[in-house]
Amino acid sequence: MFPACKYTLQARQCLCSLKVLQREHLPSLFCATRWSSSSSTTPRITSHYTVYPRDKDPRWEGVNMERFADEADVVIVGAGPAGLSAAIRLKQLAGEQGKELRVCVVEKASQIGAHTLSGACIEPSTLQELFPDWKERGAPLHTPVTEDKFGILTEKYRIPVPILPGLPMNNHGNYIVRLGHLVSWLGEQAEELGVELYPGYAAAEVLFHEDGSVKGIATNDVGISKDGSPKDTFERGMELHAKVTIFGEGCHGHLAKQLYKHFNLRQHCEPQTYAIGLKEVWVIDEKKWKPGRVEHTVGWPLDRHSYGGSFLYHLNEGEPLVALGFVVGLDYQNPYMNPFREFQRWKHHPTVLPTLEGGKRIAYGARALNEGGFQSLPKLTFPGGLLVGCSPGFMNVPKIKGTHSAMKSGMMAAETVFSKLTNENLQSETKGLCIPEYEENLKNSWVWKELYSVRNIRPSCHGLFGVYGGMVYTGIFYWILRGKEPWTLKHKGLDSAQLKPAKDCMPIEYPKPDGKISFDLLSSVALSGTNHEHDQPPHLTLKNDNIPVNNNLAIYDGPEQRFCPAGVYEYVPKETGDGMRLQINAQNCVHCKTCDIKDPSQNINWVVPEGGGGPAYNGL
Amino acid sequence: MSGRVLVGVKRVIDYAVKIRVKPDKTGVVTDGVKHSMNPFCEIAVEEAVRLREKKLMKEVIAVSCGPQQCQETIRTALAMGADRGIHVEVSGKDYENLGPLQVSKIMAALAKKEEASLVIVGKQAIDGDCNQTGQMTAALLDWPQGTFASEVSVDGDGLKVEREIDGGLESVRIKMPAVVTADLRLNEPRYATLPNIMKAKKKKIASVKPADLGVELTSRLEILAVEDPPQRQSGVKVESVQDLVTKLRDSGTL
Repeated sequence: MFPACKYTLQARQCLCSLKVLQREHLPSLFCATRWSSSSSTTPRITSHYTVYPRDKDPRWEGVNMERFADEADVVIVGAGPAGLSAAIRLKQLAGEQGKELRVCVVEKASQIGAHTLSGACIEPSTLQELFPDWKERGAPLHTPVTEDKFGILTEKYRIPVPILPGLPMNNHGNYIVRLGHLVSWLGEQAEELGVELYPGYAAAEVLFHEDGSVKGIATNDVGISKDGSPKDTFERGMELHAKVTIFGEGCHGHLAKQLYKHFNLRQHCEPQTYAIGLKEVWVIDEKKWKPGRVEHTVGWPLDRHSYGGSFLYHLNEGEPLVALGFVVGLDYQNPYMNPFREFQRWKHHPTVLPTLEGGKRIAYGARALNEGGFQSLPKLTFPGGLLVGCSPGFMNVPKIKGTHSAMKSGMMAAETVFSKLTNENLQSETKGLCIPEYEENLKNSWVWKELYSVRNIRPSCHGLFGVYGGMVYTGIFYWILRGKEPWTLKHKGLDSAQLKPAKDCMPIEYPKPDGKISFDLLSSVALSGTNHEHDQPPHLTLKNDNIPVNNNLAIYDGPEQRFCPAGVYEYVPKETGDGMRLQINAQNCVHCKTCDIKDPSQNINWVVPEGGGGPAYNGL
Repeated sequence: MSGRVLVGVKRVIDYAVKIRVKPDKTGVVTDGVKHSMNPFCEIAVEEAVRLREKKLMKEVIAVSCGPQQCQETIRTALAMGADRGIHVEVSGKDYENLGPLQVSKIMAALAKKEEASLVIVGKQAIDGDCNQTGQMTAALLDWPQGTFASEVSVDGDGLKVEREIDGGLESVRIKMPAVVTADLRLNEPRYATLPNIMKAKKKKIASVKPADLGVELTSRLEILAVEDPPQRQSGVKVESVQDLVTKLRDSGTL
């Protein structure tokens, strides 16, 4: 190929080794053409303007792209526990000190609480701080925990494990809540205090000043058709400018993803690791109902190397309701793993089935959650903004509680922002304010101490004995030594890099759903109430349309068709008959973010769809 | 002719949400469930706003009957371009018994009070599916009606309405004042964008009680029970026509 006389010996050796490298080490991702994202044989999948910019698109010539802009003091992205706590605290401080503050919160769900999903067993300490009179105000904490059970499941049996005081799983003093209802209630309190809440409007873009600091956000455009062209109803989103923008998008937020890159916030921390949580709410037979009971299990159906487990909480809100679910760590290696089906088959375990027999399922949902803890905390502030809640990730993994720390981070953000905004002698280098005090205050607070003390529990599950090794580690180093050991264990790395090729793994045989206890995916998705305006570009965007078939399907047998809890990704035979293609059913998406996290090629980029779309959870 | 359009909007459970029947069988669970504006009402609001934008009408008033939460639905209509809103406060037992007859009495009373030239409503609501309110309103007012409208245009001092009927399309010319009910293909409603929602917060929504309009809400209907539809039985495949006849005879159908 290369005439020997043309190159020196060294050059030839170089070229030979490069060819070897290309063949053996670089995935096909680099072999695909880089200048066109879809070849002639792969049908075009992605049409979103984040992949195909509109200023180069002839269909957008002459379309008015001006945006209406408005000024606020603080803009908060996301009306979850963290965002709303921040908004409420800001208004409380403003009221106490007689200052005027315009606080705007944008939220992609059509109503506050509709995209909230959590177990949830919460510590009321932070709520007590925010609203000491929460009981009189009618906060929906109706179910104090009365008993705590923990068990290790084998295929047929259950080994009970005692929950001693001091173990992270001990829930004395906590409440079982339907977090969606608590978030709705927080929304009502916020509105009463004068916070401007805008549900149904998603923050789609971060805006920057010329000096590089964050200027605010812009909401999503509407009226773009499925193929990316403008419709008659096209209207630009609106710009909301603020002195400080607080980002509380929850686990793996899409704007936070951009901010990490832009401001290099993850330079000194480990990559975040995640799990997917699937949840259902059931109305059960009254005789089986034990209000206040909290049950957790580990073990079957997962093996000791796959982190995960179940929860089953008995609510006390009138009807005999139970909230139950299953969590699977997303660092699993077998691409045939299907978290949804693991959840469905867990319900058939002899110690779980009796509770559900005769009952009726009334809700379903799924969401990714953080597992990285202390080691994965990024830098929290940047010029013009800061991160709160599960977005950076303050969840205490062994306790499986993140709401109290998310709310605390929101409150601390509000306090530091408020003191900066009301400081009359404020001198700022950048137009968007810098609030490094937020991170300093958090580091000195109980949130940091709590996360530090449990930092080694999750990584200790990566050893030879898997989850059981982790339990032993917890017993010794957490229960006895309170997390004071001088070392900090590392995580395994990016979740997306953990999959082994399909040919090296065994497919898993899952039982068929029986329609009474276990169900199929599509009827579950229908129960989530999810929907999106169908005529819009799919919001699951692919950087390269060829990669799913060439890489994900070829090497990993298409793991996205298994890990998506909503059936968005399907590999179907092409109409022309020669091979498969990826079909993206974007309307089914429940905004869990698992695909963005676990895609082995990191080719899927979840962007926010038109506001108002997504699941319609009611008290999940 | 005053050039005022009265648009009725209804707050209903969102069409994508799975409905659950209450355990006591008195109705459907609505607490905390996602609600939105009835899709046909959105089309009605869009048509009214377009008529005003074409300067054929001067003012669009959005009306909704129900509890406090209806104000959100009226705000969406205001964000789409309606000029002001009227919230007819009906709650509790009265709201559970609110049906087309009561609503049409309210609409008729408001149409007279506001001196409207045109009343536009959606052809039906996706929860009741009654398809009666528009027609009853027209009857109570003794006004002509153009129902299932797929196109509305002003024709002199009246309206030309293209109606979607079973056999195809029917064109009628009706004198104003009139009632029109919107069908699916009338228009594609615009989005309620955030700047318009912010402006809508400054627009007026007047609160009124049915008694103030002289309307009494007693229902002539009593809901006995609300139940899930029966579970669909799986079908049976038969091998021959003889088998089919035997099975039909055995089941008593033949």
